[in-house]
Amino acid sequence: MLKFVIKRLFVMLLTAFALTFIVFWLTNLPPNLEKLAKSEAGTRISDAEVETWLSENGYDSSPLNRYGQWLGLLPGWTDTAQNGTPTGRCLEPGTDPAAAPRFCGLLQGDWGQSTVFKVPVSQVIARSLSLTGWLMFAVMAVMVPTALFLGVLSGMREGSRTDRVLSSFSIASTATPEYVSGVVFIALLASPMTGLSPLLAGAGWIETKTLFMGTATSAMDDINFWNFALPVMTIALYGIGYIARMTRASMTEVMTAQYIRTARLKGVGFRQVVMRHALRNALIAPFTVIMLQFPWLLNGVVIVETLYNYKGFGWTLVQAAGNNDIELLLGCSVVAVVLVLITQLISDIGYVFLNPRIRLS
Amino acid sequence: MEPLSWGQILVAAFQQFLPVWVALVITFALSIRYKRKLALYGKLFDSPIGMIGFTIVMFWVFTAIFADWIITMDPLAQFSGSKNAVPGSALKAPDEGAYAYFLFGADHVARDVFSRMVMGAREVLKIAPAATLFAFMVGITLGLPAGYFGGKLDTVISFVANLVLAFPVILLFYLLVTPEIVLIGIPTYMAALLFLFPIFFIGILINSRYFTNPPQRNLYLGVAMAICVWAYLGLAFNADPLNVWGMSPNLLNVFVSVVFVNSPGVFRIVRGMVMDIKTRDYVAAGQTRGEGAWYIMLWEILPNARGPLIVDFCLRIGYTTILLGTLGFFGLGVSPESPDWGSTIDDGRKLLAMVPHPALAPALALMSLVLGLNLLADGLREESLKD
Repeated sequence: MLKFVIKRLFVMLLTAFALTFIVFWLTNLPPNLEKLAKSEAGTRISDAEVETWLSENGYDSSPLNRYGQWLGLLPGWTDTAQNGTPTGRCLEPGTDPAAAPRFCGLLQGDWGQSTVFKVPVSQVIARSLSLTGWLMFAVMAVMVPTALFLGVLSGMREGSRTDRVLSSFSIASTATPEYVSGVVFIALLASPMTGLSPLLAGAGWIETKTLFMGTATSAMDDINFWNFALPVMTIALYGIGYIARMTRASMTEVMTAQYIRTARLKGVGFRQVVMRHALRNALIAPFTVIMLQFPWLLNGVVIVETLYNYKGFGWTLVQAAGNNDIELLLGCSVVAVVLVLITQLISDIGYVFLNPRIRLS
Repeated sequence: MEPLSWGQILVAAFQQFLPVWVALVITFALSIRYKRKLALYGKLFDSPIGMIGFTIVMFWVFTAIFADWIITMDPLAQFSGSKNAVPGSALKAPDEGAYAYFLFGADHVARDVFSRMVMGAREVLKIAPAATLFAFMVGITLGLPAGYFGGKLDTVISFVANLVLAFPVILLFYLLVTPEIVLIGIPTYMAALLFLFPIFFIGILINSRYFTNPPQRNLYLGVAMAICVWAYLGLAFNADPLNVWGMSPNLLNVFVSVVFVNSPGVFRIVRGMVMDIKTRDYVAAGQTRGEGAWYIMLWEILPNARGPLIVDFCLRIGYTTILLGTLGFFGLGVSPESPDWGSTIDDGRKLLAMVPHPALAPALALMSLVLGLNLLADGLREESLKD
């Protein structure tokens, strides 16, 4: 077991390095750097001035070298400005050059400065992650129980009417990406012109113009049902179908197993068989699926936060990518990659723990 | 003129889709007449779910084919004074003989929503199936040897595939689909690499089958390779002397990114199936007969893995459609004017709460196409399991 975990951790580390390097390389392509120089030093500077700005700010070394500096494995660059003051990656303007650390990168906790928000990247990411954390938590709390319930319900009697209805629902929900369900939800429930809201407002049942709120901006300070339900439902809906189908497949397989038949023949009630005998074995496969669903949730989070204007992690990522904010985009990528890799590891290890039939050697 | 009522809108839209209905009726009549001779495709008509899915998919396929006849107006034309017109409203000053109503309303720059939705089907169906097919060729070409030989080769390819799979899709798109990337030429390099796999696949396929008969092999291989290289030059480098094959740099970028994201998934499925199938007796028999490794992979194992692959192909076209929509939704699509569904939803979402119809029409269209593909895949799975 220990050997397996260590091997997995090693592969994970290798993957993390490879992925962050790819992101670093793609965000630090020459055209991106030129754009950065122009946005920092003025849009009308000449090509020669762009060159000077880049070399003065440490962008003239090789990408691999800069990747090492950014990571904190290589010493940060140092240089002398035209007026003679020493500059450097690890040097705050106006501080003593001798006291500055040699290494300052990701590993030292220095994530750089965001050019869009004008604050340290770590601060932006911490704030946006805490906002997204609430969203993720709510999505999980809605999605997992609903999906498992639907899956078990339709899988316990394969081919029954309940099964057919629920399966159709699952298929429909996997065919509805977030940007479609979000649009439909807003048009139906949060538009003062169409859908339910004008009817309810006309009948005097709601005091506001719309039933739900079309944006989740107010949920950043104060989460309540009316501003948070739509974003949560939008993300959850796409995942529910998928997890429910996996649960159903696993449940139907378990229900045809020998020991279930034995239990039935012994005279155990159907309810008992499902709750006591089938459920635990049927939930092993969905566990892996739920964990591997995290990267997808990230996708959904980006779409939903953009659509509902909720300034969390996804919204920050879009801002960083759209405004060529290299340091912030790198920071977001690191968080995303680490999140994905950790969920993969948990799903691997969890699978082994849940399923005693798997032996690792 | 009076605006149309909802009933009239439906009737008018139904009339516009007339070529599609005719084509659907013909397809169904022929398919059901000859269904016993049509193998898996014929069996599809025994499953109600599969039939519903097939109908929806073919509806959009025919819509894409006959789009020029169905549209009521030019999808890019703007009609002054009709901004955000509600569904069924009449044109302010229609030209003589031109269509006089916005069937599904007009968008924020007064373009016809109905025509854009119909043209969007063509945009989506031009890219999604082709990109999926390319992803399959890449996935199969890499997955077969990885599963069959195993060892170091498998370890390396699997590591790379997992690397791509661990990337959050949206981040990858934001990194790959940007003007800067096009500027530096990365899509061309990626296309040059990815488009080699189909050529390799087709070449090996023909060679392993006919290598015992060199004249025949040379003929087939020569013709196939000539066409492949011609298409390769046109698609990857936009250097086709006859201008038959070609993609604009933006389209190439989107296409390559979608293929790149999809291939590792196909690779994993193919690899898993090969590892299962290679333990069967007929593979051992082939090995004993002294058949070559590639012949066994391509002509013994691959045909026996076709069922799950066809099902996954249908599902994956739907997934690719969703990916293309995602790209459009973030404004990373083919071009800002393009009527593809994702971009249209993106255009419409700014005024979503006030005027929902410009975003709603393409959203429902996209959903129905993906739903159709999912149902079709379900039907195919059910029928192929009955064998």
